[in-house]
Amino acid sequence: MVFDLNTILEFISGIFLLIGCFLCISGGVGILRFPDFFTRMHAVGVTDTLAAGMILVGLMLQSPDGMVVIKLIMILLMTLFINPTASHALAKAAINNGLQPIADNKEKNKKESNHQESESSNR
Amino acid sequence: MLMGLYNYWVVVVLMMIGFYIVIAHGNLIKKIVGLTIFQTSVFIFYISMSKVDGGTAPILVDGVEVYSNPLPHVLILTAIVVGIATTALALALTVRIKEAYGSIEESDIQNQDNLIQDAHSQDALSKASSTDGSASQDDSSQVKHSGEN
Amino acid sequence: MKDLYAVAMLAGIYGLLSAAFFVAMDAVDVAITEASVGAGISTLLMFVVITMTGRSESTVRHKPLLALVVVFITGGLLIYGTLDMPYFGATDAPIHTHVAPRYINDSMQEIGVINIVTSVLASYRAFDTFGEVLVIFTAGVGVLALLSVVRRREDDESIDSTNESLHEKHLILRIVSKMLIPFILLFALYVQFHGDFGPGGGFQAGVIFASAIFLYTLLFGLNSARRVINQSFIQLIAALGVLLYGCVGVVSLLNGGNFFDYNMLASDPIAGQHIGILLIEWGIGCTVASVMVIFFFNFAGRHEDQKNAQSEEESKC
Repeated sequence: MVFDLNTILEFISGIFLLIGCFLCISGGVGILRFPDFFTRMHAVGVTDTLAAGMILVGLMLQSPDGMVVIKLIMILLMTLFINPTASHALAKAAINNGLQPIADNKEKNKKESNHQESESSNR
Repeated sequence: MLMGLYNYWVVVVLMMIGFYIVIAHGNLIKKIVGLTIFQTSVFIFYISMSKVDGGTAPILVDGVEVYSNPLPHVLILTAIVVGIATTALALALTVRIKEAYGSIEESDIQNQDNLIQDAHSQDALSKASSTDGSASQDDSSQVKHSGEN
Repeated sequence: MKDLYAVAMLAGIYGLLSAAFFVAMDAVDVAITEASVGAGISTLLMFVVITMTGRSESTVRHKPLLALVVVFITGGLLIYGTLDMPYFGATDAPIHTHVAPRYINDSMQEIGVINIVTSVLASYRAFDTFGEVLVIFTAGVGVLALLSVVRRREDDESIDSTNESLHEKHLILRIVSKMLIPFILLFALYVQFHGDFGPGGGFQAGVIFASAIFLYTLLFGLNSARRVINQSFIQLIAALGVLLYGCVGVVSLLNGGNFFDYNMLASDPIAGQHIGILLIEWGIGCTVASVMVIFFFNFAGRHEDQKNAQSEEESKC
């Protein structure tokens, strides 16, 4: 196999694209399997941004033209700005509407049940 | 033959879904969403007809011989924008209906319309009976006047 | 599905998926328009209306059997009708043999623009596009007639104080959007002027420009957005866009050609075509952007008016 620049570039861009696809799929599995709204959003927000970044870098390595690379860099910057902000906006809207994360509730429930157990054992 | 025509069948299925939503649901917002689904299925119909096997987007570049047909693209561009204009007007009408009738369910609006119509016909009947009495009085007074003249 | 917010969200996702389908069908101009309009503006307007009309559907449902029967009969007839149609992607279908080859082959010599969709939209079929711009303008006028409210003028001080109090609450969103809005406006201008060379054109640019203004309005409040962009100015721009479009046609009439014959606009026909396409795309962009802003300001203004009326009633009681 000839190890010239083109083959190496294609190989590396293929690796980036595959990592991006795997991250997207794992984000999708996360939406389906996580128990709560906030954990689901965490799964999607992080993995989708990174996946989009990986796919864009993979495409950058494959493109022949300088103009296309600059446009892809700009798209990458925009995505890095906009995706986390959108997740933040969703979480803020959920909290404003009264949705509480499960972890807080579980701790409260545990404390309450501990109190009740200790009270009933004291009586 | 099946594999050559499946795009039309997908379009027909989408169109029928949109049609069913418009006629079977009573909520006005859902009807508007059904209309949007119907419109988009028509767009998909035209655009799928314009695709040519092995063609690319209709932007002239060197080295490409076969282009997809640009004419349906132009028609659908116009249609999308007209569709959003219609949807916006429909939503504005929905807001006004909600303010006037208090609900956006078709059955509630129909009930209120029937009540209003019954009230109007009752008013019209009572007015007609009162005007009949006054009209006969007018005629008799005119006869008297003409008799005097 | 009873929650109307979910219904509107799903409709937006449907619009986005159909935009992806259009890209797969090589219809890139249409895909940009459908993505921005169907997945952006239409979902936003539906959300504003659902805020005003109630979130969930009440459960009165009559029997859907008759509707199902009608739907199945119609669907069956339509499928029977499609059995004669040409196959998907066939190159010898009648649709590809009459006018389209002339557009594809002669568009470069006659007009000199490499995006064939723009050349057909703006030059060969400019009259249809004129009708479309008029339809958008009429919709804007209709929404103004249905939903406009006479608003009381708030002083600048109260607007500033409201802004200050909300600033801490929405800090991240405000800062990020303040950084992004110039780029969105720049992108709208890029799409507008790039319509000759790639996918783009007046409609898409107008919608993207309006969406930047929506972002500002959503985060900073309707009153401060109205301070930035005056309502009467927007209405003037909408009318000026249509006027510009019509004037291009009338000027070519006065110069001796047909209505919308751009060859008469300059000494060189190709230069005339370029000037004509530039001017009418500019008119389309102005009208579409201002009508979208009119839509949003009037819907949101009506909602604020309802809220103010409710709070006044409650304070009186």
